[in-house]
Amino acid sequence: MDNIIEVKNITFEYEDGDEKHIVLSDFSIDIKRGSFTVILGHNGSGKSTLAKMLNGLYKPTSGEVLVDGISTSNDELEIEIKRRVGLVFQNPDNQLVASIVEEDVAFGPENLGHSPEIIRQEVDEALKAVDMYEFRNSTPHRLSGGQKQRVAIAGIIAMKPDCIVLDEPTAMLDPKGRAEIISTIKKLNKENDITIVLITHFMEEAVNADRVIVLDDGKIVADSTPKEIFSNIGLLKKVGLDVPQTTELLYRLKESGMNVSTDVISIEESAQKIYDAIHLEEI
Amino acid sequence: MLKDITFGQYFDNNSFVHKLDPRTKLILLILIIVFIFVSQNWISLSILIAFVLFSMILSKIPLRMYLKNLKAILPIIIFTMLINLFYSGNGEIEPAWTLNLFWGLKITSIALIRALYMIVRILLLIIASAELTYTTTPNSLTDGIEKLLSPLRFIGLKKVVHTLAMMMTIALRFIPTLIEETFKIMNAQKARGADLENGKLLQRIKALIPILIPLLISSVRRAYELAEAMECRCYNGGEGRVRMKQLKYCLKDYIAFLTVFAVCGLVIAINIVF
Repeated sequence: MDNIIEVKNITFEYEDGDEKHIVLSDFSIDIKRGSFTVILGHNGSGKSTLAKMLNGLYKPTSGEVLVDGISTSNDELEIEIKRRVGLVFQNPDNQLVASIVEEDVAFGPENLGHSPEIIRQEVDEALKAVDMYEFRNSTPHRLSGGQKQRVAIAGIIAMKPDCIVLDEPTAMLDPKGRAEIISTIKKLNKENDITIVLITHFMEEAVNADRVIVLDDGKIVADSTPKEIFSNIGLLKKVGLDVPQTTELLYRLKESGMNVSTDVISIEESAQKIYDAIHLEEI
Repeated sequence: MLKDITFGQYFDNNSFVHKLDPRTKLILLILIIVFIFVSQNWISLSILIAFVLFSMILSKIPLRMYLKNLKAILPIIIFTMLINLFYSGNGEIEPAWTLNLFWGLKITSIALIRALYMIVRILLLIIASAELTYTTTPNSLTDGIEKLLSPLRFIGLKKVVHTLAMMMTIALRFIPTLIEETFKIMNAQKARGADLENGKLLQRIKALIPILIPLLISSVRRAYELAEAMECRCYNGGEGRVRMKQLKYCLKDYIAFLTVFAVCGLVIAINIVF
């Protein structure tokens, strides 16, 4: 079995008074084991709902979500599904339960009923994986946003999940915190072999992904590698995504006739491309 | 500054008392409180005074901390003293002297002694309780209470005990967050021209409404998000939950227990002899 998560023709609707809202309809995706997938979409594109369906927090109205071949509607295996697919939310403050870092990280394994020695080991490993080990006896409200979010990620890793779904984990953080989280996620994917599904509306965060899926209004409008997605700036603008400044610049230059490609994101790379293009024109 | 208030009264120090198991401290505190009231005369009370002073020294908490605590309950002490001074001591024993005051109030020698006795009892009570909160973090106190109440599971109250402990843990976790939020909302309302400091009492109470309502709404939202996050971390109401930090009695605890038992025994013995 190569797919850790299989989403098969799901529909999700909810009723708000008399109005019926359809968030997702006939929606399908597969997530490959060990992959790093980024799901891009603006607010209201259905991406948060999708995140909560991946570990069975929300159940689809129709269709099914399979985690390792187990349907999330299987109530008996609910805990096991939640252990395998961990979910990290936007606001780090509202995910931390205990007032001491290590006790918070222990919350998941404690619920799973592991023995105290194993929990201790899992907690230490998880805290080391997110580089927060030296803060283990600190208290969440003395930490920065990025540090709190790393503790929240550690709380999930301590349960030894196969996959972590992160629902806009950087939306409430400053640029420094954002960088911390992204590098942590990358490391977990590379070194700990954890499948990552990162849901975001920051395009920059998609650079490191294996695969980028663009959502708009509950539908997949693009599904490809980051390079290809970024070269299609027009589409991204159409679905209301924030395009990074460098990409925007390259895009405008290209529109006005300069021979540059728009598939780079880092400032250095962009500068190089522009330099090359100017150089080329001079010759 | 505000952040420190939320840490309760805990005063970090690595003393003998700090290292005791929270359960030991809770049980011994209850025992001492009971025996403060069991003691019938000055001799047995002085043993308790000596013990409490000794534990104060052991706790390595500066004296001013205790004094600060006593200042807060000064009105209660004075009230108890006055009541005892004027309204007790009308027993069958003839007092050594009687001081007649205005309006028919009088102070007898017996009443004076009884009032003093009462004050000493209250002081001991407060100091002993304060010592518990000074030397134990709110978290370990919660753990201790949960563990001590755990026998209630035999009468089908397991869920209740766990829920209470979980509530306390979450409350402790969110106090600083909510204080921070209150200040943010206050500043936001001030920026919109709200006047929180001036006006009559009624006006000031009314001015609090635009602070409390957003706070309430955001707390409900937080609670909802936290519940989802807890569910994602495999929480199912505490069924089959194992704690990472297991409380364990060690030699220190046994020593403390023995000492307190000896003190209690002495108090009973003195009560009987005198």
